Amino acid sequence: MVSLSPADLQAINLSLQVAVTATILALPAGFGVAYLLALTDIRGKAMLEGIVNLPLVLPPVVTGYLLLLLFGRHGWLGHLLGLFDIRIIFTLRGAVIASAVVGFPLLVRSIRIGLEGIDRQYIQASRTLGAKWWDTLFTITIPLCSRAILAGTTLMFARSLGEFGATIVLAGNMPGVTQTIPLAIYQYTSTPGGDSMALSLCLVSILLSFVVLLIGEGANRRLARR
Amino acid sequence: MLLEVDVEKNFGDFQCRIAFSLKSDKCGVFGPSGSGKTSLMHMLAGLLQPDDGKIKLNGLTLFDRQAGINLPPDARRVGVVFQHAHLFPHMSVKKNLFYGLHRIPLAQRNIDPDQLIMALQIGQLLDRSVAKLSGGERQRVALGRTILACPHLILLDEPLSGLDGMLKYQIIPHLRRVFAEFSIPMLFISHSLQEMRMMTEEVLVMQHGLVEQQVPTEELARTSHGSGGRGYTNLLHLESPHDLGKLLSYRWGEVPLMLVKTENPAAGEFGLNSRDILLFKKHPEATSARNMLPCIVRKTYQTDWLVGVELDCQGNTLIAEIVPQSLDELDIRPGNRIVAVFKASAFQRLY
Repeated sequence: MVSLSPADLQAINLSLQVAVTATILALPAGFGVAYLLALTDIRGKAMLEGIVNLPLVLPPVVTGYLLLLLFGRHGWLGHLLGLFDIRIIFTLRGAVIASAVVGFPLLVRSIRIGLEGIDRQYIQASRTLGAKWWDTLFTITIPLCSRAILAGTTLMFARSLGEFGATIVLAGNMPGVTQTIPLAIYQYTSTPGGDSMALSLCLVSILLSFVVLLIGEGANRRLARR
Repeated sequence: MLLEVDVEKNFGDFQCRIAFSLKSDKCGVFGPSGSGKTSLMHMLAGLLQPDDGKIKLNGLTLFDRQAGINLPPDARRVGVVFQHAHLFPHMSVKKNLFYGLHRIPLAQRNIDPDQLIMALQIGQLLDRSVAKLSGGERQRVALGRTILACPHLILLDEPLSGLDGMLKYQIIPHLRRVFAEFSIPMLFISHSLQEMRMMTEEVLVMQHGLVEQQVPTEELARTSHGSGGRGYTNLLHLESPHDLGKLLSYRWGEVPLMLVKTENPAAGEFGLNSRDILLFKKHPEATSARNMLPCIVRKTYQTDWLVGVELDCQGNTLIAEIVPQSLDELDIRPGNRIVAVFKASAFQRLY
């Protein structure tokens, strides 16, 4: 029987909050970067692609540490945000940023493949029919790669739910503040007698990820039928 | 329409240097693959930016590098019908059709959608999904979609080459009817001379990124097809079909013609190759050929290795091709009488 303590419920709640916020924040930026990479001839594409994909190949702890340097009190972004009294490290914002950065390449990769698969003549046809570029973007480009956007979003959301390494470095592991499911499990496994509690949260984690993928697949089928 | 183009585009291993001025509303761009036809189309529609030069349509500058003008595609009012229709797959036929119209200010909408839908005979397709249309239906919807955006010029990029055989020619009457009814200038891009002849009056002949010739379509057909080894195709509009058992009789203007019976006996457009026509000085007494037409020679002209003979058959024009020796032996000169003979099976139905 799975039994969950109030702290566990809080961790589940925080995990969902972090994953939802990170995904929503990353989606427009992810689409923008994928668009630049797939459909434009800008200079420095290889560089941009390299930077976007770095979190995919770096150990998450390293990503977390780099973010810590960037957002720390002496980091240039941290310093800037400090002027507006906004703190990132050891806050839920930090957990969101860590998840967003680590999941970003998965999102960009999926959307980019979708965009590259669009026959450019659809876009050209739309433009010659009098649609401005943003009109074409919303009526042709996005609908034609909606399945790729969905796949990327699902992947990113699932990845955010499981984010550990970068989060623990940037946001710490504070129950009720930044402790998400993976961090809670980590804490249980390093506490004597915490095994059954860890197992319960593991089951919740599996269930959540499974539900997310299931919903994604269901939506994908609906889009495919359209 | 007045279209003035003088542009350059360098693709590295291929250079386009295109300059022409067109006045006719029914123009064509003819040339083999890789001659620069599609690049020209993209530059006119604003989908490809020339390196240098100017493009003007009815006095409006679409592109002028020196003046720094480059209107985006949505501001040019130059419509494109793509080779494979490219109907938006996530929209119904109706939504595709009205996509352009809804983006035009009310005051500029000068096409009646109902009239167009009727002319293209696509009324019954409106609620279907795009995936369920045949090739010919797709092209008709694509044409309708482009026309409803009320363009000042329509570019047709090999719109028939994706269709096979008879289907190709079946769409031509729709095209002709619509362009005549709505009087929209067009530039018909194709590498098929046959299509070009049915759709246009004047042609730009492109080769290696240059405009080599600007000639009336008929003139191009007479000279280039003769040298192509396939002969010139006379296009005959035959009417009033009448069943005579194993043969069908038709009227070509005032001239009665016999054709072998086919599944489709309706009136229509037929092709007759110039090399399937025999010329006799006098009316032959007995022959297996069913058509013997007394004609008057209008003129003769030299093709690469044959002689083209333009004949007047009671007001109709017929082109025959013969070898130079026959020309002398039969004394074929303008004003002389001659009999053109061809078989009932020599015709090919186009549509």
